[in-house]
Amino acid sequence: MPNIEKNKARKGVAITGIGIISAIGNTLEENRISLLSSQSGIGDVTQIKTKQASQIKVGEVKLTNDELIDQLNLPKDNNFTRTALLGLVAAKEAVKNSGISIDASIETGFISATSVGGMDKTEIHLKDFPSKRETQKYVSSHHAGDSTQKIADALGINGFVTTISTACSSAANAIMLGARMITSGQLDRVIVGGTDALSKFTINGFKTLMILSDDVCTPFDEDRKGLNLGEAAAYLVLESDEMTKNKNVLAYLTGYGNANDAFHQTASSETGEGAFLAMQKALQIADLKSSDINYVNAHGTATPNNDLSESMALTRIFGEPMPDFSSTKSFTGHTLAAAGAIEAVFSVMALQEQTVWPNLNFRTKIEETGLEPTSVLKTKNIQNVLSNSFGFGGNCSTLIFSKR
Amino acid sequence: MNSCYIHSAVSISAQNSFELEFLELFEISGKNVEAIAPNYKEYISPMVLRRMATGVKMGVAAASKALQNANIDKPNAILTGTGMGCIEDTEKFLNSIIANDEEFLTPTSFIQSTHNTVGAQIALGLQCKAYNNTYVHGALSFESALLDGLLMVQNEETKNVLVGGVDELGTEFVDYVRMLEDQNPNGIKVPIGEGASFFVLSSEKKHNVVELLGIKTSSKLSIHSLQNELIAFLSHHHLKPDSIDVLILGNNGDSFDDYYDEASKAFPQETINLSYKQFCGEFYTASAFGLFLGCEILKSQQIPETLLQHKAQKTSLKTILLYNQFKGRDHSFILLRQC
Repeated sequence: MPNIEKNKARKGVAITGIGIISAIGNTLEENRISLLSSQSGIGDVTQIKTKQASQIKVGEVKLTNDELIDQLNLPKDNNFTRTALLGLVAAKEAVKNSGISIDASIETGFISATSVGGMDKTEIHLKDFPSKRETQKYVSSHHAGDSTQKIADALGINGFVTTISTACSSAANAIMLGARMITSGQLDRVIVGGTDALSKFTINGFKTLMILSDDVCTPFDEDRKGLNLGEAAAYLVLESDEMTKNKNVLAYLTGYGNANDAFHQTASSETGEGAFLAMQKALQIADLKSSDINYVNAHGTATPNNDLSESMALTRIFGEPMPDFSSTKSFTGHTLAAAGAIEAVFSVMALQEQTVWPNLNFRTKIEETGLEPTSVLKTKNIQNVLSNSFGFGGNCSTLIFSKR
Repeated sequence: MNSCYIHSAVSISAQNSFELEFLELFEISGKNVEAIAPNYKEYISPMVLRRMATGVKMGVAAASKALQNANIDKPNAILTGTGMGCIEDTEKFLNSIIANDEEFLTPTSFIQSTHNTVGAQIALGLQCKAYNNTYVHGALSFESALLDGLLMVQNEETKNVLVGGVDELGTEFVDYVRMLEDQNPNGIKVPIGEGASFFVLSSEKKHNVVELLGIKTSSKLSIHSLQNELIAFLSHHHLKPDSIDVLILGNNGDSFDDYYDEASKAFPQETINLSYKQFCGEFYTASAFGLFLGCEILKSQQIPETLLQHKAQKTSLKTILLYNQFKGRDHSFILLRQC
């Protein structure tokens, strides 16, 4: 992890634009309204044909591929995967929201995250690739960098462009890299975030791990049965301090940290060591005490393993009193590689609205920890929000957003 | 800003690059060419080895040896690049979904299909809790990891960073890629390959190490602006085209090789032009093999004859520039210096 404390001259990282499409809305405003009215977007599968449909609930974006293609004015013969379609909608909104124009005067970077890239098309066409010409355009759209390239091209970004994939912490790591590019002076402006579409591949994968709930998920509840998968995309425009004179700054990204649990490929350690280290590093970078955090947007997948391990880590970091915390995955489902970006946008909105988003469906405290998430909408003074994202391979990331 | 040195460079490829002290290269042929597998048991316990796909084995073994050669137990970061990720296990899980119509599935191949499996397995083996990231951006996957590593060493006071690129062939998707290339008269001519190349970057200057001066990536560049971009990159590092002794290029035989011809025109006649994908094959992280070659050449002060192809050997090899692109996009410049 970067040790930039010595680097006193480091630049601040301002957030000047956000964009999002998720199960609770196709635009920023729709997402904001759903959050403010405690309206979850989790329901039945409609966009994908899967045998698991009757046994799962998901957080789907409520637009078909054709509707997304229309909205984006793409040519009929495009080879956009759903991952790329969702990503482009959210990235365009972030650019519009910040009011920047992307041209040669200032180099704009683009860092995106995805878990399975173009899998939503590959899984439909794999066996047709050898013989059906019309499907072959999806061979080149399989790799994880494809959606990023398409979004960058559509936005007119030609310089520094890359993709990160560390499972469910991917977008948090993309946001972190963007911040480091700015603090180190490599870039003055970078668009960061992530996109992931639901796929049969992912649904069946999580099914084999037996961590999918057949009902709406109940994060941090003693009787939680597992997660709901979701699909979404969200991006943030990050700019260095000096770029933001006379500009509306939504919030600042003040802390970030990544650590590895080094325990198991898919499970988290009992003590939440990776999560603990990631939060500790982020607090150090932000130069904040744990008591300065007013709201924790938890990873909170609602799997037995994650919520217990994360609760342990939260207790180790915060002790008593525990700040307000909640998992907004009860609204959107677990949007995998996009989750860190979705929850970054929700964290910025929490600062804007001075509101803690509720952890829906909560009833009973986890016996081992006795922790109670904030389960109803709560308005209060919020200066700093801490957001967690943890992925397979022990990959743990924490971001801190501040009003300053 | 600290300087960044490459303390070790290890490559598993279609060549005998992993074991040999001195590199002898042979041209490879065929549609797809596998990497030469080292004796994995020297690096990975048999229990773990059994479950690992080719890319994970290659990555973990190359990373272990790179750390050994640099005398490091635990790096301060593990950064991996992979274009196609764990395609073997991805294909395995996808095919069982298709074959069994979403029934009777087991989680192993799904778990191991995740793009960051290699980086995670390296961390798990070393019990390394440090920063761990995986880049998956086509032909810039490895370069992105390298750029992150350079940022850490130069700007963020990090001592030792493990950086690598890894891709495995898989058994199905690669055939569709090959088929489309072969249908296209302007398609890729070298075999599709696989491999893993790992490096230890360090802020510490040691005897006979290579300095990584800089790296620049561009998502898109027009062929007309390429020479200017190259010259601007060099002057950013206070260099001119005539200070480059060797230019290492990513030619793969497709029509986009024009970019390499155009790039080489920016350099004087004396600059030695080398291309390497006829030895390792083309794949998204093939450029990591190119960097491995660059390091070997600077350290040994020798260019293997098969690579040189009757060009005159230079007496002193100080500065190397690597240039790679894929299908006219995802351009990267990497600058190395002997020190």
